[in-house]
Amino acid sequence: MSEEKHHIVSYRTQVFVLLALLVLTGISVAITQLEMGPMNTLAAMLIAGIKATIVLAWFMHLKFESRFFAFMVSAVVVLFLLVLLVTFFDYSYR
Amino acid sequence: MTVHRDDLGDKMGMWLFIFTELLLFGMLFVVYAVYRSMHPEAFKLGGDELDVVMGTINTIILLLSSMTVAMSISAIQKGNKKLALTLLTITLIIAVVFLVNKYFEWGAKFEYGFNPGAPELLELGHGTILFFGLYFIMTGIHALHILIGIGLFIYVFWQIRKDKIHQTDYVWLENTGLYWHLVDLIWIFLFPLFYLIH
Repeated sequence: MSEEKHHIVSYRTQVFVLLALLVLTGISVAITQLEMGPMNTLAAMLIAGIKATIVLAWFMHLKFESRFFAFMVSAVVVLFLLVLLVTFFDYSYR
Repeated sequence: MTVHRDDLGDKMGMWLFIFTELLLFGMLFVVYAVYRSMHPEAFKLGGDELDVVMGTINTIILLLSSMTVAMSISAIQKGNKKLALTLLTITLIIAVVFLVNKYFEWGAKFEYGFNPGAPELLELGHGTILFFGLYFIMTGIHALHILIGIGLFIYVFWQIRKDKIHQTDYVWLENTGLYWHLVDLIWIFLFPLFYLIH
């Protein structure tokens, strides 16, 4: 039986997290309406990355769990980025 | 006699499952990235056909539902069963609304002949076919996850009502929450990549 103390995230914090996510959504919609060429996608992905980090940290409790969880998630993200990179090397030099 | 429980192990298992899900969607994103780099113009035109307003509404309500399910965990931790049930109900309703929106959105795409195999689509060239193929597959698998989420919410709701999930034993609710946030995470990337290409 696990008896360790659990961190309870306050409702207030969760409302703030939601507000931050909504503001970032607004920014990403607004920014992609501008003509910035490839920068549009870069900006949208950057914002999506920030939003994902916020969801992982607060809603998914990574901030309050053992560091090992965050380490595993980072490893999966790095693996994904490597696959993306290798795939593009393949397609770029065919 | 106390029943042996391993909440940390349960959560670890859930995370491992989430990783397989992330890689499933991740590989679809790789396919998307490759085809988009090969057909940038067609993807741009395809993106223009998608309804930004509908996409934004779905993004907002999905984020809201992530908060309500996260709050329901806090509520159960504080022993507030009634609030936890209310918050879960709100989450469930939002999940259904998301699917209803998707139904209308997909319906409009079918009407314009953008669905896979439609004769109108076949005339539009490779890039557009790939864009809408990926759109239907990726938002479709995502919608399937929403559907599974709805099933999980109903089960968890029932378990809380029967006091099987309570203040000191709520790992089922926690893992359902994790699953739901995963659905939200995927949407956070799907939304800009499909609706906001400009």
